[in-house]
Amino acid sequence: MDQLIHQILSGLATGGIYASVALALVMIYQATHLVNFAQGELAMFATYLAWALIQAGVPYWGAFAITVVSAFVGGVLIERIIIRPVENAPILAVVIVFIALLVIFNSLAGWIFSYTIKPFPSPFPAEPLFGNSYVSSHELGSMAITLVVLLMLFVFFRYTPLGLAMRAAAQNPESSRLVGIRVGWMLALGWGLAAAIGAIAGMMVAPTVFLEPNMMGGILLYAFAGALLGGIDSPGGAVLGGFIVGVLENVVGAYVGTELKLTVALIVIVGVLVVRPSGLFGKVHVTRV
Amino acid sequence: METTAAPLTMPAAPAGVDAARRRRHLIGVAILLVAACVLPFLVGNYRVFQLTLVLAYSIALLGLNMLTGYNGQISLGHGAFYAIGAYTAAILMDKFGMPYWMTIPIAGAVCLIAGFLFGLPALRLEGLYLALATFALGVAMPQILKHKSLEQWTGGVQGIVIVKPEAPEGLGLSQDQWLYFFTLAWVVLMFFIGWNLLRGRIGRAMVAIRDQPVAAQAMGVNTSLVKSLTFGVSALYTGVAGALGSIAIQFVAPDSFNIFLSITLVVGVVIGGLASISGAIYGAFFIQFIPNVADQISKAAPWAIYGIFLLAFMYAMPTGVAGFVRILRARLRR
Repeated sequence: MDQLIHQILSGLATGGIYASVALALVMIYQATHLVNFAQGELAMFATYLAWALIQAGVPYWGAFAITVVSAFVGGVLIERIIIRPVENAPILAVVIVFIALLVIFNSLAGWIFSYTIKPFPSPFPAEPLFGNSYVSSHELGSMAITLVVLLMLFVFFRYTPLGLAMRAAAQNPESSRLVGIRVGWMLALGWGLAAAIGAIAGMMVAPTVFLEPNMMGGILLYAFAGALLGGIDSPGGAVLGGFIVGVLENVVGAYVGTELKLTVALIVIVGVLVVRPSGLFGKVHVTRV
Repeated sequence: METTAAPLTMPAAPAGVDAARRRRHLIGVAILLVAACVLPFLVGNYRVFQLTLVLAYSIALLGLNMLTGYNGQISLGHGAFYAIGAYTAAILMDKFGMPYWMTIPIAGAVCLIAGFLFGLPALRLEGLYLALATFALGVAMPQILKHKSLEQWTGGVQGIVIVKPEAPEGLGLSQDQWLYFFTLAWVVLMFFIGWNLLRGRIGRAMVAIRDQPVAAQAMGVNTSLVKSLTFGVSALYTGVAGALGSIAIQFVAPDSFNIFLSITLVVGVVIGGLASISGAIYGAFFIQFIPNVADQISKAAPWAIYGIFLLAFMYAMPTGVAGFVRILRARLRR
């Protein structure tokens, strides 16, 4: 029983990471109706940036802030320069552009920073908080940060004019344009936000999995699974889905064997898509023929 | 969601032009075949081995092109079927002592079933979602192959070493040359079948489903059957390629069938030319030889170059090399 509690709690911690990557995926999906396959690699690249800054002597939270801001700018630039031209292209072209981004960022990271595994510092104290023996403070800290990010996003989308404009642009581009919203820039902003969230997730996961160009491969898959489980168009659902997948993965890893962890994600993805494509909280789409 | 894709194939020519074009086509194929038969006598054994891999890849790319290019179902996980084909051949040879030439049709059949079964849930998934599900399949495949319960068959992380087949006596061929011709024979067979399949009723149904699914259904095309069959046949092609490739490399291991293999296949299809049969050959040359050249710059360079090529082709030449050749020929004829 003790072990099960331990597994569930550390599952919640890794689930927090999946939740934030899933959140980034949902952000882009809401703004553009696309699923970004390069999301994980963008996060990985941002984490390398943070590592380089810390190596150069910048204090952790300074590096954290610089990384989040530059990830935001990078996301906006990618949307403007690379995604813009294929906006109305067939879906295959878009998927291929995402795949291109994935391999470019993966190899760039390998090229610039080499493929050797690097340790990444955690901003949280090494000894567990409140003397508990279940969760490390890093796990607690990253969970808290995920929830804070979610809260900030909720406030942003619910209570600010800019958030409202972004939601409008995603839901009905034509009408939004008529009332004076610059739809193109709203999309770019969505990409920027997603990249920034991804960067935070990358910096939270790096202390546990270590920094290397392929570190986000599995995480991206779990995030997909979480986002689909919760509903690809529901941010809250994505976060819950991320936590569920995290717990599931840890419990399966402990009781069935770690070799099948990725297969769990595969089964969740295919299962959700077949049984309930809209996920737990997503909207059911009806296509008119 | 918008489902109509930009038409990727040229409209059919009128009947009179058709006969002349077909004759030219046949002459072209004959020249290509003669060249393919002479080539292994002109270059060293290592190059022959590389060309054998090009041939194997071209079968896989044709298979993936049927699914993605002609039928419009995006698969980012075809490396998994390549792996199933490779492992089927390797296990049959290693554990059951089966001769290498017998393993290839069996590998194809196993993949046909696997592909058809995966194609059934894939029916409910469109565009992006199918890409997602197949992406997950591609990522999970190495882990499934490494799993303990399969270890007695797959050899776990170590993989399986395959003995290189001997050339039949009296032909005077080296082992590499023999394997090359063996693979070439399969290429000819598979391309002939593929060409017949794609230009006929089924091929038109596949393209119709890609461009106008509702209209296709209204015209009496059984969309679910055609789509899942296409998935199966596409997996069959990829599996045959995997079996041929594993015999050429003489080794299978889980980590050589990771997600990057699947992405490589997609790269080959896009660069070679979506919805084109000859594109499979151009694409196979690209994915075999460009990494070799780029490797000399840096270990990471091949993928950076793949990515840049992908972007460049998507923006400037969405029909790939095959489309470029087609435009060039049309220009020259004028």
